[in-house]
Amino acid sequence: MTTIDLSAAMITQASPLADWLVVAPLVLCMVLGAVLLMVRKDTQIQPVIAIPGLVALVLVDAALLAHVWMNGTVTMTMGRWLPPFGISFTVDILGALLTLTGGIAALAGGIFGAGDVNDSGRRYGFYPFLFLMMVGVSGAFLTGDIFNLYVWFEVLLISSFGLLILGSERGQIDGATKYAFLNLVATTLFLIATGYLYGIFGTLNMADIALKAQTMDDKAPMVTLVSMYLLAFGMKAAAFPANFWLPASYHTPRVVVSALFGGLLTKVGVYALIRVLLMLFPAERDLLGWVIALIAAATMVLGAMGALAQTDVRRMLGYLVISGIGVMLAGIALASPAGVAATVFYAVHSMIVMTALYLASGMAARASGSFSIAEPGGIYQSHVVLAGITLALFFAVSGLPPFSGFWPKALMVKASLDVGAWWLAAAILLTGFLTTIAVGRVWVLAYWRPAPAPPEEASMGGNGAAVTQPPALSPLLDFLPLVMLTVLVVLVGIFPQKLLELSQIASEQLLNPAEYIKSVFPTGGLQ
Amino acid sequence: MRTLIFRTVAPYLASLMILFSIFVLLRGHNEPGGGFIGGLIAASAFAIYGIACGVSPVRRALHFHPMAISGTGLLASTAAGMLSIFFKVPFMTGLWLDIPLFGDSIAVSTVMLFDIGVYLVVVGSITSIALALEERPNS
Amino acid sequence: MTLLVGIFFAVAIYLFLSQHIIRMLLGAAVLGNAVNLLIFTSGRLTLEIPPILTGYETTTGMLTANPLPQALILTAIVISFSFFAFLLVLSYRAYQELGTDDTVEMRFAEPENQDLPPLGY
Repeated sequence: MTTIDLSAAMITQASPLADWLVVAPLVLCMVLGAVLLMVRKDTQIQPVIAIPGLVALVLVDAALLAHVWMNGTVTMTMGRWLPPFGISFTVDILGALLTLTGGIAALAGGIFGAGDVNDSGRRYGFYPFLFLMMVGVSGAFLTGDIFNLYVWFEVLLISSFGLLILGSERGQIDGATKYAFLNLVATTLFLIATGYLYGIFGTLNMADIALKAQTMDDKAPMVTLVSMYLLAFGMKAAAFPANFWLPASYHTPRVVVSALFGGLLTKVGVYALIRVLLMLFPAERDLLGWVIALIAAATMVLGAMGALAQTDVRRMLGYLVISGIGVMLAGIALASPAGVAATVFYAVHSMIVMTALYLASGMAARASGSFSIAEPGGIYQSHVVLAGITLALFFAVSGLPPFSGFWPKALMVKASLDVGAWWLAAAILLTGFLTTIAVGRVWVLAYWRPAPAPPEEASMGGNGAAVTQPPALSPLLDFLPLVMLTVLVVLVGIFPQKLLELSQIASEQLLNPAEYIKSVFPTGGLQ
Repeated sequence: MRTLIFRTVAPYLASLMILFSIFVLLRGHNEPGGGFIGGLIAASAFAIYGIACGVSPVRRALHFHPMAISGTGLLASTAAGMLSIFFKVPFMTGLWLDIPLFGDSIAVSTVMLFDIGVYLVVVGSITSIALALEERPNS
Repeated sequence: MTLLVGIFFAVAIYLFLSQHIIRMLLGAAVLGNAVNLLIFTSGRLTLEIPPILTGYETTTGMLTANPLPQALILTAIVISFSFFAFLLVLSYRAYQELGTDDTVEMRFAEPENQDLPPLGY
């Protein structure tokens, strides 16, 4: 037996312990998901494991972000095989920031779920699916390999199916069917594009692709490739011509599941668009820039108009998710440093605000007994704090100061005006205006307006009064996540500097991927 | 599908298939085969048993809920990847350990642990789906 | 091979455009295979031996097949298989619960003729 020199094919130096932070969010979620699957029957113990686990996830994500911020992009390659052959996990500021935000949203969902998801839902597997979905979400944000990205997409998709049909009501199954088939088409497109990409480049490592794409002269197949990615991820992100699956399904599951979906899933699509279009194929993106700009404008305006036309709060929120996606796409269309920074900022803002809004709508519905925007009324009188928080969130989602939605929108408008795209700026402002009308109407009708006078017999009868009494909202399980998210929204709105700085670094790293490539290929890459 | 022949043969067939699936799983060590295909064979064994004898005997025979089996498998696979943290090598690096036994050496590795995990995940999830499909409301 | 992939895609898309879930399911199955063949083709087709080392040698000394597309296809098969299994269960449940497999009649999540939202305050 001869000894083989492994250094040509394998990483031989020891990997420092800090690099383990790169995979830590994944491993943590996977282990917890597995443990929770095993104790599925024991519904009491599940939240006890899950919530500390989610807190740990947030801490790990925060540590990862701090590590990346201080030491630059970090790479860990699986199984010691040298990239581009081994699967790399490469984390830059963008990935770390979105993972952290996703972790926070999941924590809020997990705590809320402890009060909202009943025993049968837990036995069905709310918490295991939540963790498996977080595996997919974190994996998608952290991976540095495009096929691996596809795998994480599928992981999060399949666990999201599990969450979506939690409860197996008719509406849920109906919504899930449409969601499943349309997402199948989208992921298949993604896979097809990845197959072609492998055919063209012979590699799947993102850093390697970014290197090779710079020297690629043949534009025609590349533009095809990028268009396919645009369509696939656009479907995932619910961008305009392919957005109809979202309002068809997002309002059907339990409200905490809607919150997680609205906060996380579409943002993964946006993240993939940012990664592929801006970092891997900037030259081809420039050719398609006007298409993306049109899609962005159509998505945000139609999303806001859709929101105006809804009578169900949850469906309205679904359209607001879409409209937010349009704003993020605008930054991708501009591809200027300021525009991309605004996109990153808006993605973080949107993840938090949409999660919080769905949770708030669920609490409002529990307080008043209806998801309709016109019927209930009187929430302000019965639940002042909830009404106040919701008003703050509504302001944030419309982009009014002093909340977190204002800064990215202002940046985006400025970035569009800088490149002379006045119509894009106008679309953003119009969207903000329409959103304000839509959410303002909800607040005035459902929250501010006094409740219709209770029927006579209810107020007369001794036990009738108890029936009309709204069920109490638990201050810990219900309000804690909502307050946590709202405090974040307000803090980001008042002190945006740190997040702005992070977004700007992320945008520089994306537009100039030298550091990313250097992190994967420390010696300058295979020549 | 509940003919006498099928019902008589099914238990033997199922046990044979499970045995074969474990053979395929271990063969995947150095030759074609492995956890996924082994798991599929085992899952189809349970499915056949379920078609022949009904779902509840299968659930009794499995003792654990299929999803719990998946969870164990996922845990095993992750643990296999995690072991490399103690050896200062990246995640998922294959680690080998030779155990001398009866004059021959048996190579035990984290790769095998990972494969066993995959096997369990596939058995658990496919069996639970198959059983859900076989479960008739009237039976 | 290219032709076969094209035919597979055409069949899958035709089936997907159908109104009935069961046909869309078949379309999903065909689509998965079409993509797998596509990846296989894009990994270049030549006559070669399997990329497996049996002893302790470092190379097989012959032209070996590209193992990466095979790994990709294996992953894709696993995923499309689980996806298909889920869709199967979901469609079956949908048929049981909703009493139809016609997508036009599936309006439970988005009922027709909804009221207009309030037009004033």
